[in-house]
Amino acid sequence: MNIILYSERPDLASELVTAGRAIMDICGGALQALTIDDDEQADFLAARGVSVHRVRSDQPSPADVAQLASAVHQTAVALEADMILLASNRRGRELAGRLAQKLGGGCLTDVGRFEVLDGRPAFSRNALGGAVEDVRCMETGKQVIALTPHSFAAAGVATGPGPVSDLPVRLSPSLVRLKETIRKGADAVDIEKADILVVVGQGIENKEDLTKAAQIARSLGAEVACTKPVATDRKWFSEERIIGLSGKRCKPRLALLLGVSGQVQFTVGIRDAGAIVAVNLDEKANIAYVADYLLVGDLKTLLPELVKRFSA
Amino acid sequence: MGFVVVSDHGKEEAMNIVVAMKQVPDLKMIRIRDRRPLLEDVPFMMGEIDRSALEAGAELREALKGKLIVLSAGTEPLEDTVKEALAAGADEAILILDEALRDGESALVAQVLAAALARMPDVGIILFGEGSADNYSGQVMARVAEILSWPQVGYAREIRIEGGVAQITRSLEDCEELLEVPLPVAVSVVAEIRQPKTPSVTGILRAGRKPKTLWTLADLNIGLNGGAPVRTISRLAPVSSRLGQVIGSVDELVEIVKAKRGPS
Ligand SMILES: Cc1cc2nc3c(=O)[nH]c(=O)nc-3n(C[C@H](O)[C@H](O)[C@H](O)COP(=O)(O)OP(=O)(O)OC[C@H]3O[C@@H](n4cnc5c(N)ncnc54)[C@H](O)[C@@H]3O)c2cc1C
Repeated sequence: MNIILYSERPDLASELVTAGRAIMDICGGALQALTIDDDEQADFLAARGVSVHRVRSDQPSPADVAQLASAVHQTAVALEADMILLASNRRGRELAGRLAQKLGGGCLTDVGRFEVLDGRPAFSRNALGGAVEDVRCMETGKQVIALTPHSFAAAGVATGPGPVSDLPVRLSPSLVRLKETIRKGADAVDIEKADILVVVGQGIENKEDLTKAAQIARSLGAEVACTKPVATDRKWFSEERIIGLSGKRCKPRLALLLGVSGQVQFTVGIRDAGAIVAVNLDEKANIAYVADYLLVGDLKTLLPELVKRFSA
Repeated sequence: MGFVVVSDHGKEEAMNIVVAMKQVPDLKMIRIRDRRPLLEDVPFMMGEIDRSALEAGAELREALKGKLIVLSAGTEPLEDTVKEALAAGADEAILILDEALRDGESALVAQVLAAALARMPDVGIILFGEGSADNYSGQVMARVAEILSWPQVGYAREIRIEGGVAQITRSLEDCEELLEVPLPVAVSVVAEIRQPKTPSVTGILRAGRKPKTLWTLADLNIGLNGGAPVRTISRLAPVSSRLGQVIGSVDELVEIVKAKRGPS
């Protein structure tokens, strides 16, 4: 298996190094990384012992996925790659589809792990909104696999650096013009690493009650996370705090879910938690199947009491 | 302000807005037995983010002076499921029905949608959800764009069109990008771009009378040689060992939480 890997983010690329090596262990072959107009990342990856090709594009436009796909495609052809590993962040997923189409290959995004079946890698990803997990394998010679961020450990610095070489590509003029990049407000929280999480759902109805949930989190030494609509519709938190299919997969020792209905797209992000304790008005809510313990009750009255009890 | 494309002949040309929608099983209705999903009797619906895309498309109709067309590839119940989109404001539907589309395999669906688009006149923009409600793979938009050699923008949070050019705000994890792209363009939208609308009674009544065009794979000259690029080996619900215990009091909750939290 001839594998190449690419992500615009060095941290995610170094996770792909680990995953790529694990696939090579099974299937044999070679692993090479590519960077696009990013020499700093090339040095970073070379230090991890992987062979790096620095792609130099004649007219770079990093926001144009068609160009990005063209650059990776030309490299894949030049290096005779069978498998292209990408990160399944937003940029990576967008690239995955276009690249797979160029290669005439199969593509899987959001792959969390793989196993070996008949000497070939078979990949696991969620399906039916997260209600089930599929194991899928590729029937095409060329394959594009995008891995869920943080499913694999980042590769550490190796004893000897890998070789670095330059690889020019030719791109057609970009149709996409990047007028402005606006940084999102920094939210340095890492809910994936939290031991204890207090999770805010839409059952918490106002900011005052939200403050109380935050107070409980502080007393418990917990991070605050949330369901998707709490971040995207109510805008109470950054998207960094969303748990679920389109958010983060978390494995806390304890999760306290406040006013969360427990639909599958949320549940996939919390099902590896140690203990799940939920408070919900509705005893028939799906959360009853997701939680270990469910207290049925109204958060409006319960929150002040919980604040008091946990701060004691 | 409305916008119209003025061709060389000075004639005003309207452009159509296409929204690609996927029929998915109502995930809330799926039960699991022996780790297997029970899909019989589960009704189909249009994906939730696709409905947000439809709403965003409806707003562009003003600017493009064209029609809002829902495009969907799937199996038989689709003719019924699409009424939801017609009731919510689409002007017409183009459906590609074939048993081979049951799995909704991305490469095949993209090929079908691109072939359909190539036959549809004056398409200015095609909108997709950022991922389908069931598979959430997010490949189809990019594959369609590649087949048609169109530019693409994923994860749009805002779309404005003026003078034949789309201004799109792409929402990434750590930043937003403001992009300018000429039409035609393929775009995927994030759920929060618009709240899906619940169809009105008049909308529902009108839906039945709106035009529906049915195509088959043969109509689009698509053969099924080679088979799907991806094979599903197994599909199982994860093993769950949750206690699912209803507790009776705050006291009990506090005790459990303190015990599970461990020493702080
Ligand atoms: C493709 C796709 C991807 C998605 N990805 C994600 C994802 O990654 N993460 C995610 O979270 N969602 C995701 N969703 C959305 C998901 O389907 C649900 O809509 C969402 O998880 C619901 O959030 P919620 O539980 O906060 O809100 P609701 O479903 O509105 O639930 C609120 C709950 O609070 C309870 N409640 C209300 N008032 C009170 C009160 N006073 N006291 C106590 N309880 C109360 C209610 O009984 C209810 O159970 C996705 C959807 C799609 C289609």
